[in-house]
Amino acid sequence: MPVSYEDKGLGMQVPAPFEYERATSVDQAIGLLDRLGDTARLVAGGHSLLPMMKLRLANFEYLIDINDLHGELSQIIVEPGQIRVGAMTRHRELLESDALAATFPIFRDAEQVIADPVVRNRGTLGGSLCQADPSEDLSAVCTTLGASCVIRGRDGERVVTMEEFHRGPYETAVGAAEMLVEVRFPVRPGGSSAYEKVERRAGDWAIVSAGAAVWLDGGIITDARVGLAAVGPNTAGLPAISEALRGQPASEEIYARAGEIAAASCNPATDMRGTADYKRHLADELTRRALRRAVARVNERV
Amino acid sequence: MQVSMTVNGEEVTREIEGRLLLVHFLRDHLALTGTHWGCDTSNCGTCVVWMDGEPVKSCTVLAAMAGGHEIRTVEGLAQNGQLDPVQQGFMECHGLQCGFCTPGMMMTARALLDSNPSPSEGEIREAISGQICRCTGYATIVRSVQWAAAEEAGTRTTTPAGSAS
Repeated sequence: MPVSYEDKGLGMQVPAPFEYERATSVDQAIGLLDRLGDTARLVAGGHSLLPMMKLRLANFEYLIDINDLHGELSQIIVEPGQIRVGAMTRHRELLESDALAATFPIFRDAEQVIADPVVRNRGTLGGSLCQADPSEDLSAVCTTLGASCVIRGRDGERVVTMEEFHRGPYETAVGAAEMLVEVRFPVRPGGSSAYEKVERRAGDWAIVSAGAAVWLDGGIITDARVGLAAVGPNTAGLPAISEALRGQPASEEIYARAGEIAAASCNPATDMRGTADYKRHLADELTRRALRRAVARVNERV
Repeated sequence: MQVSMTVNGEEVTREIEGRLLLVHFLRDHLALTGTHWGCDTSNCGTCVVWMDGEPVKSCTVLAAMAGGHEIRTVEGLAQNGQLDPVQQGFMECHGLQCGFCTPGMMMTARALLDSNPSPSEGEIREAISGQICRCTGYATIVRSVQWAAAEEAGTRTTTPAGSAS
């Protein structure tokens, strides 16, 4: 009774044929990539890649399953100056991590509104970043937090910033024979963070999302970062907001100024999710809300 | 390629294509048609099964990826001929009309109750938020899960209709 997809005919959303390989170690996965080149792709949770392959937006001759590396690549390690998160850490693990939420509450904010609990059981941090979808929420979180990405290849590791990591929609700095293995988040005292998202229905992609991270000293903003999703070719960090906010007292006026900059700096497109004007309005409003909430969190802690 | 996994406690080995989705492996190769195949885009959740104890959408997991893992489907809910309390709850509280979403809903509900034996209505709604029902408006599904939770806690106050015991 075994049925092949050829027998089932049209109307099936299934990927085109490929060879399935299973990685047993990071080095072995890199070795396979080195040998197979860009005909091969790593698959982690598969919840972005497999839908793309079903739609023929992505086609590969080889899929290398790295789920067996989950144990090795899912550590959340808190160090004095940074938190290191393994690339195979699943959404659910990010959501449930109290250590992560204590330092970066933006993670729990975002993870509660990424897809749904069942999808979050599979999807991973690294897979989300490597998909490089401009609407993807974790990418905006990493941009907001000024994360850096550890990319491993045959000759060792290199570390790139989020700005360097995302080169354009669905394009990253990860080479054909390389693998994202870890994401590092710098920790500075006196800071907190928040994430705000508007979507059409629960678990959907964002119409617009905004992340904010702020650092305060006696009510004065010593630094601030804002990252936006779904309003440009990548999840854009906005240095102009950081410049405008540094040295200013945390206030409604300054959140409004940041919102104005966000609306003016982003580059949304009119699509089925909304008009460009509406998305600019959201970029403004969500930037204000995220900053307001991040500041409130710093103040709660003091 | 060959794949082996445990499905509802039974070791199975089959020759498959690398691109075969787990939902089609279960339905077409193992004839376990309790798992439904709906949207194929991980939106509707009727294909939810357990992989190593966690609910997953089997239209977005390759059968090959399930190799070496433990799968539990709706056929594995009843134990020794005795319906799971979640299944009883869906019967008692009209948790289904057409029944298409039911296998996925019940698998997610079972996982929820295993980790959280007395969930709030909000927690139940959150747990099933990745699954679509077009008949019930979800109210009776929530009630069914609450019935099962009360049944398991021994705090249920109503007698199941049609219960012989």
